[in-house]
Amino acid sequence: MAFALPPLPYAYDALEPYIDSTTVCFLTKHHNTYVTNVNNVLAGENGGSLKGLSLSAIQKEVVSLPDSIKTAVRNSGGGHWNHSFFWSVMGKTGSIAEAPSGDLKSSIESTFGSLDEMQKKFNTAAATRFGSGWAWLSVNADGQLFISSTPNQDNPLMEGIVDQPGTPILGLDVWEHAYYLKYQNRRPEYIASWWKTVDFDVIAKNYTAAKSGGLPAFDTPLA
Amino acid sequence: MKLHHDKHFAAYTKKLNAALAAAGLADVVTTEGALRKLLANVGSAGGRGGSAIADPALRAAIRNNGGGVHVNHQLFFRSMTAPGTSPAPSVVLSEAIDGGFGSFDKMRSAFSAAATGLFGSGWVWLAVDTAGGNRMVVTTTANQDVPYAAKAGVVPILGLDVWEHAYYVQYQNRRPEYVEAWWSVVDWPGVEKRYTEAVEENA
Repeated sequence: MAFALPPLPYAYDALEPYIDSTTVCFLTKHHNTYVTNVNNVLAGENGGSLKGLSLSAIQKEVVSLPDSIKTAVRNSGGGHWNHSFFWSVMGKTGSIAEAPSGDLKSSIESTFGSLDEMQKKFNTAAATRFGSGWAWLSVNADGQLFISSTPNQDNPLMEGIVDQPGTPILGLDVWEHAYYLKYQNRRPEYIASWWKTVDFDVIAKNYTAAKSGGLPAFDTPLA
Repeated sequence: MKLHHDKHFAAYTKKLNAALAAAGLADVVTTEGALRKLLANVGSAGGRGGSAIADPALRAAIRNNGGGVHVNHQLFFRSMTAPGTSPAPSVVLSEAIDGGFGSFDKMRSAFSAAATGLFGSGWVWLAVDTAGGNRMVVTTTANQDVPYAAKAGVVPILGLDVWEHAYYVQYQNRRPEYVEAWWSVVDWPGVEKRYTEAVEENA
Protein backbone atom coordinates (compact mmCIF):
# COMPACT_ATOMS: atom_id res chain seq x y z
CA MET A 1 0.00 0.00 0.00
CA ALA A 2 1.33 3.41 -0.94
CA PHE A 3 -0.12 6.89 -1.09
CA ALA A 4 0.00 9.05 -4.19
CA LEU A 5 0.41 12.82 -4.24
CA PRO A 6 -3.14 14.14 -4.67
CA PRO A 7 -3.58 16.35 -7.72
CA LEU A 8 -4.00 20.02 -6.86
CA PRO A 9 -7.74 20.85 -7.05
CA TYR A 10 -6.96 24.02 -9.06
CA ALA A 11 -4.20 25.67 -11.13
CA TYR A 12 -1.02 26.87 -9.43
CA ASP A 13 -2.15 30.49 -9.78
CA ALA A 14 -5.73 29.95 -8.57
CA LEU A 15 -5.02 31.43 -5.15
CA GLU A 16 -3.33 34.58 -6.47
CA PRO A 17 -2.75 37.24 -5.33
CA TYR A 18 -3.10 35.89 -1.78
CA ILE A 19 -0.88 32.86 -2.18
CA ASP A 20 1.47 33.14 -5.14
CA SER A 21 1.83 30.40 -7.75
CA THR A 22 5.54 29.84 -7.02
CA THR A 23 4.76 29.14 -3.37
CA VAL A 24 1.96 26.76 -4.38
CA CYS A 25 4.37 24.99 -6.70
CA PHE A 26 7.01 24.54 -3.99
CA LEU A 27 4.37 23.54 -1.45
CA THR A 28 3.46 20.63 -3.71
CA LYS A 29 7.15 19.63 -3.69
CA HIS A 30 7.21 19.67 0.11
CA HIS A 31 3.96 17.68 0.06
CA ASN A 32 5.49 15.16 -2.31
CA THR A 33 8.42 14.65 0.07
CA TYR A 34 5.99 13.83 2.89
CA VAL A 35 4.17 11.34 0.65
CA THR A 36 7.45 9.67 -0.34
CA ASN A 37 8.63 9.49 3.25
CA VAL A 38 5.41 8.09 4.68
CA ASN A 39 5.36 5.49 1.91
CA ASN A 40 8.90 4.48 2.90
CA VAL A 41 7.68 3.80 6.42
CA LEU A 42 4.70 1.82 5.14
CA ALA A 43 7.01 -0.30 3.01
CA GLY A 44 9.54 -0.85 5.78
CA GLU A 45 9.80 -2.96 8.90
CA ASN A 46 6.93 -2.25 11.31
CA GLY A 47 5.01 -0.55 8.51
CA GLY A 48 2.60 -3.45 8.54
CA SER A 49 0.72 -2.05 11.52
CA LEU A 50 -0.47 0.82 9.30
CA LYS A 51 -1.48 -1.14 6.20
CA GLY A 52 -5.08 -0.66 5.18
CA LEU A 53 -5.59 2.34 7.43
CA SER A 54 -6.89 5.57 5.89
CA LEU A 55 -4.63 8.59 6.15
CA SER A 56 -6.93 10.11 8.80
CA ALA A 57 -6.94 6.89 10.82
CA ILE A 58 -3.13 6.90 10.72
CA GLN A 59 -3.10 10.33 12.44
CA LYS A 60 -5.05 8.87 15.39
CA GLU A 61 -2.67 5.93 15.58
CA VAL A 62 0.54 7.91 15.88
CA VAL A 63 0.58 7.86 19.68
CA SER A 64 0.43 4.04 19.75
CA LEU A 65 3.11 3.35 17.16
CA PRO A 66 6.40 1.66 18.00
CA ASP A 67 9.28 4.08 18.59
CA SER A 68 11.05 2.84 15.49
CA ILE A 69 8.44 4.46 13.21
CA LYS A 70 6.53 6.89 15.45
CA THR A 71 8.45 10.08 14.64
CA ALA A 72 8.61 9.35 10.92
CA VAL A 73 4.84 8.76 10.74
CA ARG A 74 4.11 11.77 12.91
CA ASN A 75 6.21 14.02 10.68
CA SER A 76 5.54 12.61 7.20
CA GLY A 77 2.08 11.15 7.74
CA GLY A 78 1.14 14.38 9.47
CA GLY A 79 2.64 16.42 6.64
CA HIS A 80 0.72 14.44 4.02
CA TRP A 81 -2.60 14.80 5.86
CA ASN A 82 -2.07 18.49 6.62
CA HIS A 83 -1.20 19.54 3.08
CA SER A 84 -3.96 17.42 1.51
CA PHE A 85 -6.43 19.06 3.90
CA PHE A 86 -4.97 22.53 3.26
CA TRP A 87 -5.63 22.38 -0.49
CA SER A 88 -9.22 21.34 0.18
CA VAL A 89 -10.15 24.34 2.34
CA MET A 90 -9.02 26.94 -0.20
CA GLY A 91 -10.24 27.98 -3.61
CA LYS A 92 -10.25 30.60 -6.33
CA THR A 93 -12.02 33.91 -5.73
CA GLY A 94 -15.39 33.74 -7.40
CA SER A 95 -15.80 30.01 -6.83
CA ILE A 96 -15.76 30.03 -3.04
CA ALA A 97 -18.19 30.99 -0.26
CA GLU A 98 -16.42 33.97 1.28
CA ALA A 99 -18.34 33.93 4.56
CA PRO A 100 -20.02 31.25 6.70
CA SER A 101 -23.77 30.77 6.69
CA GLY A 102 -26.34 28.53 8.38
CA ASP A 103 -25.33 26.20 11.17
CA LEU A 104 -21.61 27.03 10.94
CA LYS A 105 -22.32 30.75 11.18
CA SER A 106 -24.52 30.34 14.27
CA SER A 107 -21.96 28.11 15.96
CA ILE A 108 -19.13 30.55 15.24
CA GLU A 109 -21.24 33.36 16.67
CA SER A 110 -22.31 31.48 19.78
CA THR A 111 -18.76 30.23 20.47
CA PHE A 112 -16.71 33.32 19.64
CA GLY A 113 -19.23 36.17 19.51
CA SER A 114 -18.80 36.90 15.83
CA LEU A 115 -16.90 35.80 12.71
CA ASP A 116 -14.57 38.73 13.32
CA GLU A 117 -13.78 37.58 16.84
CA MET A 118 -13.16 34.04 15.64
CA GLN A 119 -10.77 35.28 12.97
CA LYS A 120 -8.92 37.48 15.47
CA LYS A 121 -8.38 34.51 17.76
CA PHE A 122 -7.34 32.31 14.85
CA ASN A 123 -4.94 34.98 13.60
CA THR A 124 -3.33 35.23 17.03
CA ALA A 125 -2.87 31.46 17.21
CA ALA A 126 -1.33 31.48 13.73
CA ALA A 127 0.94 34.47 14.37
CA THR A 128 2.20 33.27 17.74
CA ARG A 129 3.01 29.68 16.80
CA PHE A 130 6.81 29.94 17.24
CA GLY A 131 8.84 28.10 14.64
CA SER A 132 7.07 25.81 12.17
CA GLY A 133 3.48 24.66 12.61
CA TRP A 134 -0.19 25.05 11.83
CA ALA A 135 -3.22 26.89 13.18
CA TRP A 136 -6.56 25.12 13.37
CA LEU A 137 -10.29 25.62 13.82
CA SER A 138 -11.57 22.26 15.08
CA VAL A 139 -14.47 20.50 16.77
CA ASN A 140 -13.75 18.77 20.07
CA ALA A 141 -15.28 15.62 21.53
CA ASP A 142 -18.14 17.68 23.00
CA GLY A 143 -19.03 19.10 19.59
CA GLN A 144 -17.62 22.52 20.45
CA LEU A 145 -15.58 24.71 18.12
CA PHE A 146 -12.10 25.62 19.33
CA ILE A 147 -8.94 27.24 17.98
CA SER A 148 -5.44 25.85 18.53
CA SER A 149 -2.01 25.64 16.96
CA THR A 150 0.39 22.73 16.70
CA PRO A 151 4.14 22.51 16.05
CA ASN A 152 5.76 21.10 12.93
CA GLN A 153 3.37 18.66 11.16
CA ASP A 154 1.24 17.68 14.14
CA ASN A 155 -2.54 18.07 13.84
CA PRO A 156 -5.49 17.83 16.25
CA LEU A 157 -6.36 14.30 15.06
CA MET A 158 -3.19 13.09 16.81
CA GLU A 159 -4.79 12.19 20.12
CA GLY A 160 -2.28 11.63 22.85
CA ILE A 161 0.25 13.81 21.05
CA VAL A 162 -1.41 17.22 20.93
CA ASP A 163 -2.62 19.34 23.84
CA GLN A 164 -6.08 19.82 22.37
CA PRO A 165 -7.31 16.89 20.26
CA GLY A 166 -10.26 17.31 17.91
CA THR A 167 -11.38 17.16 14.30
CA PRO A 168 -10.03 20.03 12.20
CA ILE A 169 -12.50 21.85 9.94
CA LEU A 170 -10.06 24.59 8.83
CA GLY A 171 -6.27 24.80 8.92
CA LEU A 172 -3.47 27.23 8.00
CA ASP A 173 0.15 26.35 7.27
CA VAL A 174 2.52 28.75 9.05
CA TRP A 175 5.77 27.03 8.11
CA GLU A 176 7.91 29.74 6.53
CA HIS A 177 7.83 27.87 3.21
CA ALA A 178 4.10 28.67 3.03
CA TYR A 179 4.65 32.44 2.89
CA TYR A 180 8.29 33.45 2.70
CA LEU A 181 8.62 34.02 -1.05
CA LYS A 182 5.76 36.54 -1.11
CA TYR A 183 5.57 37.87 2.44
CA GLN A 184 9.08 37.23 3.84
CA ASN A 185 8.91 37.74 7.61
CA ARG A 186 5.48 39.44 7.44
CA ARG A 187 3.49 36.45 8.68
CA PRO A 188 0.49 38.49 9.95
CA GLU A 189 0.05 39.95 6.45
CA TYR A 190 0.03 36.41 4.99
CA ILE A 191 -2.55 35.28 7.54
CA ALA A 192 -4.84 38.23 6.81
CA SER A 193 -4.58 37.65 3.03
CA TRP A 194 -5.11 33.90 3.33
CA TRP A 195 -8.68 34.38 4.62
CA LYS A 196 -9.61 35.51 1.11
CA THR A 197 -8.90 32.00 -0.18
CA VAL A 198 -11.00 30.14 2.40
CA ASP A 199 -14.11 28.38 1.07
CA PHE A 200 -16.66 28.45 3.88
CA ASP A 201 -18.88 25.94 2.06
CA VAL A 202 -16.10 23.37 2.52
CA ILE A 203 -15.67 24.43 6.14
CA ALA A 204 -19.43 24.02 6.67
CA LYS A 205 -19.31 20.48 5.23
CA ASN A 206 -16.33 19.70 7.45
CA TYR A 207 -18.22 21.06 10.43
CA THR A 208 -21.33 18.97 9.75
CA ALA A 209 -19.19 15.85 9.39
CA ALA A 210 -17.19 16.58 12.54
CA LYS A 211 -20.30 17.14 14.67
CA SER A 212 -21.50 13.64 13.85
CA GLY A 213 -18.13 12.06 14.56
CA GLY A 214 -16.95 12.10 10.95
CA LEU A 215 -13.88 13.52 9.23
CA PRO A 216 -13.24 16.23 6.61
CA ALA A 217 -13.55 14.81 3.12
CA PHE A 218 -10.65 15.30 0.72
CA ASP A 219 -8.75 13.29 -1.84
CA THR A 220 -6.10 10.86 -0.55
CA PRO A 221 -5.47 8.68 -3.59
CA LEU A 222 -3.40 5.53 -3.40
CA ALA A 223 -0.58 4.84 -5.81
CA MET B 1 21.20 37.88 4.19
CA LYS B 2 19.67 41.36 4.20
CA LEU B 3 16.26 40.06 5.22
CA HIS B 4 17.81 37.79 7.80
CA HIS B 5 19.81 40.50 9.48
CA ASP B 6 17.72 43.62 9.00
CA LYS B 7 14.28 42.07 9.56
CA HIS B 8 14.47 38.85 11.59
CA PHE B 9 17.50 39.70 13.77
CA ALA B 10 16.13 43.21 14.33
CA ALA B 11 12.68 41.87 15.27
CA TYR B 12 14.15 39.42 17.79
CA THR B 13 16.25 42.19 19.33
CA LYS B 14 13.19 44.40 19.76
CA LYS B 15 11.12 41.60 21.31
CA LEU B 16 13.94 40.57 23.61
CA ASN B 17 14.34 44.11 24.91
CA ALA B 18 10.60 44.29 25.56
CA ALA B 19 10.59 40.94 27.37
CA LEU B 20 13.59 41.89 29.52
CA ALA B 21 11.90 45.16 30.42
CA ALA B 22 8.67 43.34 31.31
CA ALA B 23 10.65 40.96 33.53
CA GLY B 24 12.34 43.90 35.25
CA LEU B 25 15.72 42.76 33.94
CA ALA B 26 16.53 45.55 31.49
CA ASP B 27 19.14 47.06 33.82
CA VAL B 28 20.51 43.68 34.91
CA VAL B 29 21.01 41.79 31.66
CA THR B 30 23.23 44.27 29.87
CA THR B 31 26.03 42.07 28.53
CA GLU B 32 26.18 39.01 26.31
CA GLY B 33 27.55 36.98 29.22
CA ALA B 34 24.62 37.96 31.41
CA LEU B 35 22.22 37.03 28.62
CA ARG B 36 23.86 33.62 28.17
CA LYS B 37 23.57 32.99 31.90
CA LEU B 38 19.90 33.91 31.83
CA LEU B 39 19.30 31.68 28.82
CA ALA B 40 20.94 28.72 30.55
CA ASN B 41 18.23 29.01 33.17
CA VAL B 42 15.03 29.73 31.32
CA GLY B 43 14.77 26.15 30.25
CA SER B 44 14.39 24.43 26.90
CA ALA B 45 11.66 22.24 25.46
CA GLY B 46 12.87 18.98 26.90
CA GLY B 47 15.67 20.08 29.17
CA ARG B 48 16.53 21.01 32.66
CA GLY B 49 16.57 24.49 34.06
CA GLY B 50 14.75 26.36 36.73
CA SER B 51 14.05 30.00 36.35
CA ALA B 52 14.13 33.24 38.22
CA ILE B 53 11.17 34.41 36.14
CA ALA B 54 7.81 33.19 37.33
CA ASP B 55 5.68 34.00 34.29
CA PRO B 56 5.93 31.15 31.73
CA ALA B 57 4.92 33.48 28.88
CA LEU B 58 7.78 35.82 29.78
CA ARG B 59 10.19 32.90 30.10
CA ALA B 60 9.14 31.76 26.64
CA ALA B 61 9.58 35.26 25.24
CA ILE B 62 13.10 35.44 26.64
CA ARG B 63 14.01 31.93 25.56
CA ASN B 64 12.73 32.46 22.05
CA ASN B 65 13.89 36.02 21.51
CA GLY B 66 16.98 36.01 23.73
CA GLY B 67 18.25 32.80 22.26
CA GLY B 68 17.08 33.94 18.87
CA VAL B 69 18.86 37.22 18.86
CA HIS B 70 22.12 37.02 20.64
CA VAL B 71 23.53 33.63 20.98
CA ASN B 72 22.17 32.15 17.80
CA HIS B 73 22.15 34.88 15.20
CA GLN B 74 25.21 36.67 16.60
CA LEU B 75 27.11 33.42 16.37
CA PHE B 76 25.70 32.66 12.94
CA PHE B 77 26.65 35.99 11.40
CA ARG B 78 30.05 35.97 13.11
CA SER B 79 30.74 32.42 11.90
CA MET B 80 30.74 33.47 8.26
CA THR B 81 32.96 35.38 5.88
CA ALA B 82 33.10 36.00 2.14
CA PRO B 83 33.83 32.80 0.19
CA GLY B 84 37.51 32.24 -0.44
CA THR B 85 38.69 34.51 2.38
CA SER B 86 38.96 32.00 5.22
CA PRO B 87 42.04 29.87 5.61
CA ALA B 88 41.51 26.17 6.30
CA PRO B 89 41.10 25.12 9.94
CA SER B 90 44.36 25.51 11.88
CA VAL B 91 46.33 22.65 13.40
CA VAL B 92 44.83 23.30 16.83
CA LEU B 93 41.28 23.26 15.53
CA SER B 94 41.88 20.30 13.19
CA GLU B 95 43.27 18.23 16.02
CA ALA B 96 40.28 19.02 18.19
CA ILE B 97 37.92 18.08 15.34
CA ASP B 98 39.84 14.86 14.68
CA GLY B 99 39.64 14.06 18.36
CA GLY B 100 35.89 14.35 18.32
CA PHE B 101 35.06 12.84 14.96
CA GLY B 102 38.07 11.04 13.54
CA SER B 103 38.51 13.49 10.68
CA PHE B 104 37.29 16.81 9.33
CA ASP B 105 35.28 15.02 6.64
CA LYS B 106 33.52 12.89 9.22
CA MET B 107 32.64 15.99 11.21
CA ARG B 108 31.36 17.70 8.09
CA SER B 109 29.22 14.67 7.16
CA ALA B 110 27.77 14.45 10.63
CA PHE B 111 27.02 18.17 10.70
CA SER B 112 25.44 18.19 7.21
CA ALA B 113 23.34 15.12 8.00
CA ALA B 114 22.06 16.77 11.18
CA ALA B 115 21.25 19.92 9.21
CA THR B 116 19.30 18.18 6.46
CA GLY B 117 17.58 15.84 8.90
CA LEU B 118 16.37 18.48 11.35
CA PHE B 119 12.57 18.56 11.10
CA GLY B 120 10.87 21.94 11.36
CA SER B 121 12.84 25.00 12.48
CA GLY B 122 16.10 24.92 14.38
CA TRP B 123 19.87 25.10 14.45
CA VAL B 124 22.84 22.80 14.05
CA TRP B 125 25.92 23.34 16.16
CA LEU B 126 29.53 22.35 16.29
CA ALA B 127 30.18 22.68 20.00
CA VAL B 128 32.69 21.98 22.74
CA ASP B 129 31.33 19.90 25.56
CA THR B 130 33.16 21.66 28.37
CA ALA B 131 31.51 19.34 30.88
CA GLY B 132 32.61 16.31 28.90
CA GLY B 133 36.38 16.72 28.62
CA ASN B 134 36.15 19.45 25.95
CA ARG B 135 35.07 16.92 23.37
CA MET B 136 33.84 18.37 20.06
CA VAL B 137 30.26 17.43 19.29
CA VAL B 138 27.59 18.09 16.68
CA THR B 139 24.23 18.84 18.24
CA THR B 140 20.92 20.39 17.22
CA THR B 141 18.31 22.55 18.90
CA ALA B 142 14.70 23.25 17.94
CA ASN B 143 13.39 26.72 17.17
CA GLN B 144 15.65 29.27 18.92
CA ASP B 145 16.82 27.09 21.78
CA VAL B 146 20.49 27.21 22.78
CA PRO B 147 22.55 24.03 23.22
CA TYR B 148 23.58 24.69 26.81
CA ALA B 149 20.01 25.03 28.09
CA ALA B 150 19.37 21.33 27.54
CA LYS B 151 22.85 20.25 28.61
CA ALA B 152 25.05 22.51 30.70
CA GLY B 153 28.52 23.23 29.39
CA VAL B 154 27.88 22.59 25.68
CA VAL B 155 29.40 25.73 24.14
CA PRO B 156 28.61 26.38 20.46
CA ILE B 157 31.56 27.50 18.31
CA LEU B 158 29.90 27.23 14.88
CA GLY B 159 26.20 27.38 14.07
CA LEU B 160 23.97 26.95 11.03
CA ASP B 161 20.44 28.33 10.89
CA VAL B 162 18.08 25.86 9.20
CA TRP B 163 14.89 27.85 9.74
CA GLU B 164 13.44 28.19 6.25
CA HIS B 165 13.90 31.99 6.34
CA ALA B 166 17.65 31.38 6.27
CA TYR B 167 17.56 29.78 2.83
CA TYR B 168 14.15 29.82 1.18
CA VAL B 169 14.58 32.86 -1.08
CA GLN B 170 17.65 31.34 -2.75
CA TYR B 171 17.22 27.59 -2.29
CA GLN B 172 13.49 27.06 -1.66
CA ASN B 173 12.97 23.45 -0.53
CA ARG B 174 16.54 22.47 -1.46
CA ARG B 175 17.98 22.57 2.05
CA PRO B 176 20.82 20.10 1.30
CA GLU B 177 22.06 22.47 -1.41
CA TYR B 178 22.06 25.37 1.07
CA VAL B 179 23.96 23.33 3.65
CA GLU B 180 26.56 22.27 1.08
CA ALA B 181 27.03 25.86 -0.13
CA TRP B 182 27.30 27.26 3.41
CA TRP B 183 30.54 25.37 4.09
CA SER B 184 32.21 27.78 1.63
CA VAL B 185 31.53 30.78 3.87
CA VAL B 186 32.61 29.38 7.24
CA ASP B 187 35.17 31.55 9.00
CA TRP B 188 37.54 28.99 10.54
CA PRO B 189 39.75 31.41 12.50
CA GLY B 190 36.61 32.65 14.25
CA VAL B 191 35.59 29.08 15.05
CA GLU B 192 39.05 28.42 16.51
CA LYS B 193 38.90 31.57 18.60
CA ARG B 194 35.61 30.49 20.15
CA TYR B 195 37.00 26.99 20.70
CA THR B 196 40.03 28.34 22.53
CA GLU B 197 37.90 30.70 24.63
CA ALA B 198 35.53 27.90 25.61
CA VAL B 199 38.39 25.61 26.64
CA GLU B 200 40.17 28.40 28.56
CA GLU B 201 37.03 29.46 30.40
CA ASN B 202 36.58 25.88 31.49
CA ALA B 203 40.21 25.34 32.57
